[in-house]
Amino acid sequence: MQKNSVVRIFMTFALILTSMNLAAKDNEKVENGGKEGLRTEIKEFIAHHLQDSHDFTFFSDEKEHKYYGFPLPVILWDEGLKVFSSSKFHHGQTVAEVGGSYYKLYHSKIYKTDAEGTINYDESHHATNEKPLDFSITKNVVSMLLIGLLMFFMFRSLARSYKKNNGMPSGVGRFLEPLVLFVRDEIAIPNIGEKKYRKYMSFLLTIFFFIWFLNLLGMTPLGVNVTGNIAVTFGLALLTFLITNLTANKNYWGHIFWMPGVPTFMKVVLAPIELLGVFIKPFSLMIRLYANMTAGHVVIMSIVGMMFLFKSWIGSPLSFGLAFALSILELLVAALQAYIFTMLAALYFGMANEEAHH
Amino acid sequence: MTIPNIVGAGLIVIGAGVGIGKIGGSAMEAIARQPEASGKIQTAMLIAAALIEGIGFAALFAAN
Repeated sequence: MQKNSVVRIFMTFALILTSMNLAAKDNEKVENGGKEGLRTEIKEFIAHHLQDSHDFTFFSDEKEHKYYGFPLPVILWDEGLKVFSSSKFHHGQTVAEVGGSYYKLYHSKIYKTDAEGTINYDESHHATNEKPLDFSITKNVVSMLLIGLLMFFMFRSLARSYKKNNGMPSGVGRFLEPLVLFVRDEIAIPNIGEKKYRKYMSFLLTIFFFIWFLNLLGMTPLGVNVTGNIAVTFGLALLTFLITNLTANKNYWGHIFWMPGVPTFMKVVLAPIELLGVFIKPFSLMIRLYANMTAGHVVIMSIVGMMFLFKSWIGSPLSFGLAFALSILELLVAALQAYIFTMLAALYFGMANEEAHH
Repeated sequence: MTIPNIVGAGLIVIGAGVGIGKIGGSAMEAIARQPEASGKIQTAMLIAAALIEGIGFAALFAAN
């Protein structure tokens, strides 16, 4: 009985492997570059997804140049303010002429070109054209504004329901109240302390819900990747850095530059290390969130891409099953990363506010 | 991706995996001994795991 099931499992695996092999051989004959071409296409698609873009595209057919979505405003500062719609770029195929200057989209970045749209390269194949200052409302900016508005209305309704029902939440507030209390009782108070936690609560609540909602938005088929963008996580980490250091007491600075309770020689050795630590802390916050979300998106998209690589009966169920399991894991990661970011921010605020204890 | 990069990435993953695994295992033992302190242990476990993960990711970026 036991032996039989082992043999059966082994046979199933062998069958799967053989069919994968057959599918691979079949795919090598596919037109336009075969399997290698398909692989680079999937890689390019993933790389494109990870980047910010100047238009909001839901579906696209790259071969026939059909895009379903809407353009977004482009705002450039290049010898004066220039505002135009990103539909002028035609997804990087044409040169946009605005006020006598020519701009072209190349790998989701805007370059200044001549009328023909020539892009010059250096030896390592990087574009050397001049880049204007870009303040465009890109896909990521739209997503952040959307989440900001959503949060505004959700929390306003929570606040209003308290007023209406004598301190009882209603509607969406019933979902938010335990989370707000969680941030206060499990994150802020244990790390910062009863006396001082109040002034940090607004920031902690904002980053917790902002990161969590943006992570969840990244799981929808809209194809946005906001928290997996290093500029966004840099902004969040910068705010944490500024708040930590601007609200720190003299005890915190004393621990950095003149560590109490150690010999004078050690004080001199520890000062540069501690000073470096001040910058490493927010830096690790930035890298952690960025790398976690990017890795999650890359893995899920690669697994979905498997479906196109094995063109056989096994590819779709396999990649569907794996992508489903990983999406559930990503839902956990979305909440966990928001929690960890908020937790560590609270920990740093607590460190900056510690009273002398010796 | 050259071979040293791939080997380096593999070593990083082994190191981070061992580190996080030890933290998880110790947290399990601690919770089994004192189930009433599980909340605090979980928090401390997550923070330590997050710190190791941060260093692991930084090293992965350096390896690539």
